[in-house]
Amino acid sequence: MNGAVFAAVYQRDLRLAWRRRTEALLPVAFFLVAASLFPLGVGPDPQILKLIAPGVVWVCALLAAMLSMPPLYAADHADGALEQLLLAPGAGLAVAAAKAAAHWTISGAPLVVAAPLLGLLLDLPSEELPVLFASLLLGTPILSLLGGVGAALTLGLRSAGMLIVLIVLPLAIPALIFGAGAAAAVDAGLSPSPHLSLLGALLIACLVGAPPATAAALRIAVE
Amino acid sequence: MHAVTTTSAAPALRSRLTWFTFASPANFYRLAGVLAPACGVAAAAFALAGLWMGFFVAPTDAVQGEVYRIIFIHVPTAWMSMVLYVAMAFWAAIGWFLNARMAFIFARAIAPTGALFTVLGLWTGALWGRPTWGTWWVWDARLTSELILLFLYLGYMALVAAIDDTRRADKAGALLAIVGVVNVPVIYFSVVWWNTLHQGSSLTMGAKQHMASTMLVAMLLLTLACWAYAFAVVFLRARAIVLEREGDTAWARALVASDNQGR
Repeated sequence: MNGAVFAAVYQRDLRLAWRRRTEALLPVAFFLVAASLFPLGVGPDPQILKLIAPGVVWVCALLAAMLSMPPLYAADHADGALEQLLLAPGAGLAVAAAKAAAHWTISGAPLVVAAPLLGLLLDLPSEELPVLFASLLLGTPILSLLGGVGAALTLGLRSAGMLIVLIVLPLAIPALIFGAGAAAAVDAGLSPSPHLSLLGALLIACLVGAPPATAAALRIAVE
Repeated sequence: MHAVTTTSAAPALRSRLTWFTFASPANFYRLAGVLAPACGVAAAAFALAGLWMGFFVAPTDAVQGEVYRIIFIHVPTAWMSMVLYVAMAFWAAIGWFLNARMAFIFARAIAPTGALFTVLGLWTGALWGRPTWGTWWVWDARLTSELILLFLYLGYMALVAAIDDTRRADKAGALLAIVGVVNVPVIYFSVVWWNTLHQGSSLTMGAKQHMASTMLVAMLLLTLACWAYAFAVVFLRARAIVLEREGDTAWARALVASDNQGR
């Protein structure tokens, strides 16, 4: 992997996001609004909310990550910068990793910070909040990496937003199951560590497997 | 349909038989035109035999009574859903790494049939679960992973349909299919790795079978029927895609011309 390209792309994406801070925080706003819809739809009964809270937070994080991934590639693809970036040797991996890292820094990390607040809004007991935080801390990078694969596959397509959801969600379902299950396990009196360990394993697998897949998809989309 | 099923004017096999003979769309078209009806007849024969055995010869189950007989459709379709996904991923990979457009066409032809078998497996499973488990659906590991398989098929079909450039669509679909193939072992081993409501595997390789032999034979007959059906339908669909893509070639034009003359 080309370290110079990684650093350059990562810093550039962060700088671009910083110049449009409002736009960069839209995923977090979506996350909060979408999760707030559930108590309104399901009813304010704290017992029910407590049960569905980990799942709701996770699903909204997943959707926010999927929807905010395409713009990261789309602008560069539209003006041809992506093709130029991919010219350097080892650039495919570097661009894929840098975009995923930038996506996580811009929208994943704020989601992780916002999640305990959301948990409180959904009547999540306080002992589950750290577990929810940990599960999202491990899980949002997975979503960024998988979202990168989906965004690269659907680069420049009209229906990219919906397609990404259809393509990436099946791959992200194991992370969802273990992530939401970690907090739910605490509720059931069990230890969350099996779930968190499996989530960690998924993260490692994605760290190793997703950037090459994204790089291959970028090559397919750009050639 | 008439143009797809006739074999009258397809070009004769010009090269000798090698691994790549049927990588030529024209050669494949001719071969599939012969194999598809044969597989269709075989599918009908196996299906009749298997259904007769399953519904009239196989004994009543000690625990489930007559309801168990849906196994003869449920298990073959579930097996086919997994096998067809691996086949689709395999041919897509061959197309990608060997730059063989016939392999890409074949992968695209497999996808709808695979999705159909997945739906059938889920549906017959639900029909079986209602009287036996008391519920149409449960989110245990096997059912969830089979549902994910359906989403993977649909995602593949949506992706290749959304990309206008054929070559890019083929390669992007290949990448997606290969990434998704990790799900198939998960489905297969889900009943081993997790505590699931879905029963564990009843068939063991080599060891003494736990099922009555007539049940086993009926299930294998219907598996062969599903396989033959899948071959027949995939061959027909692949022939249609070949004509769509290679319609400008001389052999395709000659074929259509001779067809029009024959009418």
